Amino acid sequence: MNIEEIRADFPILSRSVHNKPLVYFDNAATTQKPQVVIDALVDYYTNLNSNVHRGVHYLSQQATMAFEEARVKIRDFIHARYSHEIIFTRGCTESINLVAGSWGRANIREGDEIVISALEHHSNIVPWQMLCEEKGAKLKVCPIHEDGSLNMEALAELLTNRVRLIAITHISNTMGSINPVKEITRMAHEKGIMVLVDGAQALSHMKVDVQDIGCDFYTFSGHKVYAPMGIGGLYGREDVLNAMPPYQGGGEMIKSVTFEKTIYNELPFKFEAGTPNVGDAIGFGVALDYVSNIGIEQIAAREHELLTYATERFKSDPLIRIIGDAPDKASLISFVIDKIHPYDAGTIIDQFGIAVRTGTHCTQPLMDSLGIQGTIRASFAFYNTREEIDRLMEAIGKVEELFL
Amino acid sequence: MIKIEESTSAIVSEFDVFDDWMDKYNYLIELGKSLPLIDDKYKTENNLIEGCQSRVWLHAEFDGTNIHFTADSDAVITKGIANLLIRAYSGHTPQEILDSSTEFLNEIGLTQHLSPTRSNGLLSMIKQVKMYALAFKTKQGMS
Ligand SMILES: Cc1ncc(COP(=O)(O)O)c(C=O)c1O
Repeated sequence: MNIEEIRADFPILSRSVHNKPLVYFDNAATTQKPQVVIDALVDYYTNLNSNVHRGVHYLSQQATMAFEEARVKIRDFIHARYSHEIIFTRGCTESINLVAGSWGRANIREGDEIVISALEHHSNIVPWQMLCEEKGAKLKVCPIHEDGSLNMEALAELLTNRVRLIAITHISNTMGSINPVKEITRMAHEKGIMVLVDGAQALSHMKVDVQDIGCDFYTFSGHKVYAPMGIGGLYGREDVLNAMPPYQGGGEMIKSVTFEKTIYNELPFKFEAGTPNVGDAIGFGVALDYVSNIGIEQIAAREHELLTYATERFKSDPLIRIIGDAPDKASLISFVIDKIHPYDAGTIIDQFGIAVRTGTHCTQPLMDSLGIQGTIRASFAFYNTREEIDRLMEAIGKVEELFL
Repeated sequence: MIKIEESTSAIVSEFDVFDDWMDKYNYLIELGKSLPLIDDKYKTENNLIEGCQSRVWLHAEFDGTNIHFTADSDAVITKGIANLLIRAYSGHTPQEILDSSTEFLNEIGLTQHLSPTRSNGLLSMIKQVKMYALAFKTKQGMS
């Protein structure tokens, strides 16, 4: 992997912030976009823009083909069986809401239970809370160990015959822990429990194979895998999706409409009411091609190397406490600096042109359970370098000098 | 008693000395560290200000003529900002506070420089200061 060439693929990486070269360590919030993705958007709106599935005219057919080709690329990337098992959405949050609103409303009843984990992002908490409130069902939370790994014994105990669904993140956006989702799915399916995996953080860091995992639903956002914002997807097993009622009504999702009766379209269109986000979907496909050309295994290896280096550097500073060191961990480090508020640290680190995230990372219940106000999070992508990690250490040194 | 405008223009000229934002932060940190401590009994839910990444408590007391503010935060830079606001507004009448402009924060560069989530904290603090002024003025009018 030639890192200079790769960095040159991402134009934003060569800009400066506060008169210093940008160091972008907020990849868990969103990743930067390679030029090929930016070009794909420009090309779509320059040469191809038209509405899909509707016109017999040339442009509409070309746009439809490109749109459906993107769906196939996503299918291949996550190793789904059929491309109609991929539903385009605005992103992971909408995908989870789709499942809660459609499958959940049709299947969850009073007294049922839904199990999530203590690691969840608000996006994988609030839709289930809303559903439980509406249905008189109960939300149960599986605890974690101190290192951020899931407490599997506690999970086994939670899986009573009242549980209908486990909704769990593949990778924690706050602690980096990678959950054993295949094993969790096996445990759940033994008891007839459905499984939704929140893959928002996973697609960019590791090979994802939904058939191997065996889960019923898998949700993801394009913008966290080098694709544009505003596009994402839901994978659902064919039989499961077929049995679900539509989520929203409108055009595109129907086969025939009279004022008396509507016949719904088949998968995936049943769940894609209205004009879809064609340009960004095409960009999503191009981003996945870009990742595949480099190789997700190569990316994972490089990110692991960065994580190891950063962890070593962090551990050599006695004032830093790393939050989350599960044995199986993605390339992000959440940390606190002794006696220094994350907000103070983040403000100064920003002055060095370094983008890190501070706060609760949309996982407030997790922060509460850890008894901390928030953390500083540096999340790495394969385009980051050791030199950038050194610059972060320098900035942290300055923070300690200023506040202590 | 000096006027609010005098305090705020003094603050602006103090910040003018620094060209570099790192130096401005350094100064804010000094101000944060030297903020007089708030009585712990005032660090209540009620005095907690929403909309900040860090927690800020703002307490106000009215002596019948002037309002006196004390504040605290768990973040030092936020304490520094609170210190500035206290210097500007504490010890003034509700009417003076309501009539005063917050332009000095723009002149320092604080509002542009702190990102929206952070400056929301700043704006919430100012809003709270003005709310107290309004509340005490109303109370004054009634008695
Ligand atoms: C684990 C996890 N789940 C869900 C989401 C929500 O993704 P989006 O905001 O793209 O819908 C995020 C984004 O931060 C995340 O990290």
